[in-house]
Amino acid sequence: MSTLLRVEDLSIAFGEAPDDVRVVESVTFDVARGETLAIVGESGSGKSVTALSILGLLGHGGSIVDGSICFGGVDLHTLDEAAVRRIRGNEISMIFQEPMTSLNPALTIGKQVAEPIRIHRGVSWKEALEEAAQLLERVSIPDPRQRLKDYPHQFSGGMRQRVMIAMALACSPALIIADEPTTALDVTVQAQVLNLLKTLTREMNSALVLITHDLGVVAQYADKVAVMYAGGIVETATAQELYRNPKHPYTLGLMASIPGASVNPRSRLKAIDGSPPDVANLPDGCPFAPRCQFAHEGCTAFRPPLRAVGGGGHMMACVGYD
Amino acid sequence: MRDYVVRRLLALAPTLLFVSLIVFFAIRMIPGDVIDLMLSQNDVASDADRAQLEAALGLDRPALEQYGVWLFSVVQGDLGNSLWQNTPVSELLAERLPITLELGFLALVVSISVALPIGIYSAMKQDTAGDYLIRSFSLIMLAVPSFWLGTLVMVFPSVWWRWAPELEFVPLWVDPIRNLSHVLPPAILLGLSLSAVTMRMTRTMMLEVLRQDYIRTARAKGLSETMVVYRHALRNCMIPVVTLIGLQAPLLIGGTVVLEQIFVIPGMGLLLLEAVSSRDYPVITGVFLVTGIAILLINLAVDLCYGFLDPRVRKG
Repeated sequence: MSTLLRVEDLSIAFGEAPDDVRVVESVTFDVARGETLAIVGESGSGKSVTALSILGLLGHGGSIVDGSICFGGVDLHTLDEAAVRRIRGNEISMIFQEPMTSLNPALTIGKQVAEPIRIHRGVSWKEALEEAAQLLERVSIPDPRQRLKDYPHQFSGGMRQRVMIAMALACSPALIIADEPTTALDVTVQAQVLNLLKTLTREMNSALVLITHDLGVVAQYADKVAVMYAGGIVETATAQELYRNPKHPYTLGLMASIPGASVNPRSRLKAIDGSPPDVANLPDGCPFAPRCQFAHEGCTAFRPPLRAVGGGGHMMACVGYD
Repeated sequence: MRDYVVRRLLALAPTLLFVSLIVFFAIRMIPGDVIDLMLSQNDVASDADRAQLEAALGLDRPALEQYGVWLFSVVQGDLGNSLWQNTPVSELLAERLPITLELGFLALVVSISVALPIGIYSAMKQDTAGDYLIRSFSLIMLAVPSFWLGTLVMVFPSVWWRWAPELEFVPLWVDPIRNLSHVLPPAILLGLSLSAVTMRMTRTMMLEVLRQDYIRTARAKGLSETMVVYRHALRNCMIPVVTLIGLQAPLLIGGTVVLEQIFVIPGMGLLLLEAVSSRDYPVITGVFLVTGIAILLINLAVDLCYGFLDPRVRKG
């Protein structure tokens, strides 16, 4: 499989230099066509910011200060705004976390789904709407032709997220980034939406970057996993390897905190002590050290870079422990 | 939808009744009544003359009875006669109303066409020099009363360039150019002063809407910033703006009263001013009744606009 997207040494800062806050630090990952990469981490770990930076949607104050984002051999960071717009929604599309607020309340579903087809392919509204109806059918919206004229408030949360998926698939993108696509949905609907996303990306042979904090989702849907903590990747491996052989103390902590069927229902869930650090005020050395049960003096010397542990691309960023 | 409009129109009646009640009695509380004014034109006036005049005008009867008589004829479509000119009030209104409507409409057009583009521009260029300039300008327009600006426009061009706005009113359909050169200056002044608040509201709402998740979605689809603003943001930020424009209706009407006086435009405002100073009760009440209807209709139009702007209102 050839690499489709390669993010290398990416650092993102908010605010003006020199007091800018680095929210993402030297992040490196890649994903090939047909592959699903999960980026896992808790709130504030920089996973959403990383995703937004790929599309150049960081907004006011955020900027890429270092590194590159190569998509199909081109560094997206060096393209001008118009060139990036031609890629957005066309070659790379994004699904957001909140289906309730991510659709425009004043425009019909049809118009919103047809819009990327219309702007990227230059077809008429009529043709674009016809395709939009087919897309809605593919994401299992009943009576799609009729529902083109409806507004978002007439759809349930799960259906809206399917509409978002239809919209993301509109131009058969090579890469789909899904930022916690099921966090806001009922558990029963979560599996439906993820299965749909997985099936459709497989049909189109697209790459999927799935951002989540749910390790259960990762196990079921991802081929590769990158675990993020405080703006950096602390461990990356294939999904199978990560579950079978987690190395980094943070990953171990996350795994231990998953409630399983074998857990005594009366016992307390295991949690990682402490709370994630403030990215504006990171501790010296390894940002996880203050919460790490294996930490020693050597941990505060420098921020450990990723290094290979075992084979098959399993890497982690920890000095204290093998 | 039609039921809704009919219901709203029926609801106008009690509101108007209340308006008429207040106006009818409040105007009679102003010191100095019409009889004093009329008699003051004669050198000698006896109490007998006074009683005779009161009886002739129907002002000798109890106020409540006068109100009843007036209301009864209003329901039949008769607003009474002017006390001074003996012409029907409805005739006076029919003559003056179109002129004020023209001034008000032009002011509204000026206000909206200045406020919306500038407000949107200001939001898109938040915290740049252009944004500061526009916001300062709107503060000035907010602070400076239009009657003062109106006076300046009347006085200074004639001093500097020997040019003065038209003073003799010509109806629009007789000579549009002369009419507009007379009505446009006050309409622009009034429109600019109203646009200040609308512009600030547009800017604030636009900034608020541009932060929404669906705007990020629109950008992620590859839309240009112009399309994001006009197709995705504008409609969502219009509801508070339209509400504000509706709330400005009384200001608009109040503004026409003052500016008609300064620019000598024989509209309803000038009619009201003349009527108040001569205590011409039926004319005053007539003007207020029409004004009340106008404001209530504007509010209805605003409510109907919500349905157009927000599908949740339309189908909800």
